[in-house]
Amino acid sequence: MTKVIVVTSGKGGVGKTTSSSSFASGLALRGHKTAVIDFDVGLRNLDLIMGCERRVVYDFVNVINGESTLKQALIKDKHCDNLFVLPASQTRDKDALDTASVGRVINELRDSFDYIVCDSPAGIEKGALMALYYADEALIVTNPEVSSVRDSDRILGILAAKSKRAEDGAEPIKEHLLITRYSPRRAAAGEMLSVTDVQEILSIPLLGVIPETEAVLQASNAGVPVIHDIESNAGQAYRDVVARFLGEDVPMRFLTADKKGFFSRLFGA
Amino acid sequence: MSFLDYLLGTRKKTATVAKDRLQIILARERVDRKGPDFLPELRQELLQVISKYVKIDLDQVKVNLEHDGNFEVLELNIVLPESINTVKKTAP
Repeated sequence: MTKVIVVTSGKGGVGKTTSSSSFASGLALRGHKTAVIDFDVGLRNLDLIMGCERRVVYDFVNVINGESTLKQALIKDKHCDNLFVLPASQTRDKDALDTASVGRVINELRDSFDYIVCDSPAGIEKGALMALYYADEALIVTNPEVSSVRDSDRILGILAAKSKRAEDGAEPIKEHLLITRYSPRRAAAGEMLSVTDVQEILSIPLLGVIPETEAVLQASNAGVPVIHDIESNAGQAYRDVVARFLGEDVPMRFLTADKKGFFSRLFGA
Repeated sequence: MSFLDYLLGTRKKTATVAKDRLQIILARERVDRKGPDFLPELRQELLQVISKYVKIDLDQVKVNLEHDGNFEVLELNIVLPESINTVKKTAP
C-alpha cells in the first residue's frame, strides 16, 4: 500500500525542501521505491537541492496538462536507484494545480512507488493545500521559534479540516513533528524554545530533531541531500528520522550541548 | 535594575516568555478554528454594531461558541461601561 507523505510547515525557510530531499533519499536508501514531488509551482527548488537541476526537461504541470508522460518527467536520482524526482514548473500560473489532476498523477505514481513525498510550498495558498490534500501522513517541519511554531499549529488545523481524509471523514492524517535548526546550547541557556517546549505546545508526536549544522548549507551548495553526509550530525539525525518513521525504536540524539573541555575552550577548537 | 535581576536570576528567560506567549495566542486561535468559518467575521460585525451605540473596550468582549449535545450555543459576553454618559449619540 503506497503511502503519501506531505512535508509542510506554513512558514517559509524552515527546512521543508532540505527535509523532503533527505527524507525521500533516506526511504530510498532503505530500499523503498520513492518519488518526491515539488509542489512549489513558480519557485522550483527541490531539483537544485537534489542536484538534478540540469536534467529537468518536463515538469509536474507538463504532466498535468498532458504535454508529457509521467515517465518522461520523472528524474532518476544520482545517488539512489529507488528515488525519482518530479520537479515543479516555473510557470507563474497559480491555478496550474487542482485536486482532480493532482489526484490523477498521485494515483499513477501509486502503481510503481512505495512512498510519495510531497514537498509543500510555504504559506496556506493553493500549492500548499494541493500538497497536503492526498496525504496519509505529514511531517510538520518546525523551527524552535515563535512564528514557526504558530504557523505549524495553523497548518495542523488545515490538515484536520481541508485534506481529503478530513473531507471523507476517514482516519485523520498521521502527524509527525520534525524540529529543525535546533541549537541544544541555546535551548539550555534559555534563549531558544526547547524540544519539550515545542512538543508541549503543538502536542503531536516527535519524529526527530535536526541540529543546526554547517553541513546543511554545504549539502545544498553541492546539490547532495545532507543525509548522504554521514559524518555530519544533521545527516545522522535524518537517518534516525527515517528509521523511526519506518517503525524502528531509535533514541533521540543531538539534544544536549557538547560540553567543551578545558583545552578546547582554551584554544577555541 | 536589570543587572540586579540578572544577579538574582529573577529575569525571565526569553524562551519561557516565548512559550507563554505562544500558549496564550494558540489557545485563542484554536477556539476560532473549531467554530464555523464565519465566526471571526460575525464577531467583527457584532462589535461594529455594538460600538455604534456603546463605547466598549474590545478586550471586554468575549465571543464563545460551545457545543452542548445537539445544540451549539453562541455566547456573547460584553462588559458595558458604568456611566450612561459614555453612550454615544446615534445619528438621527
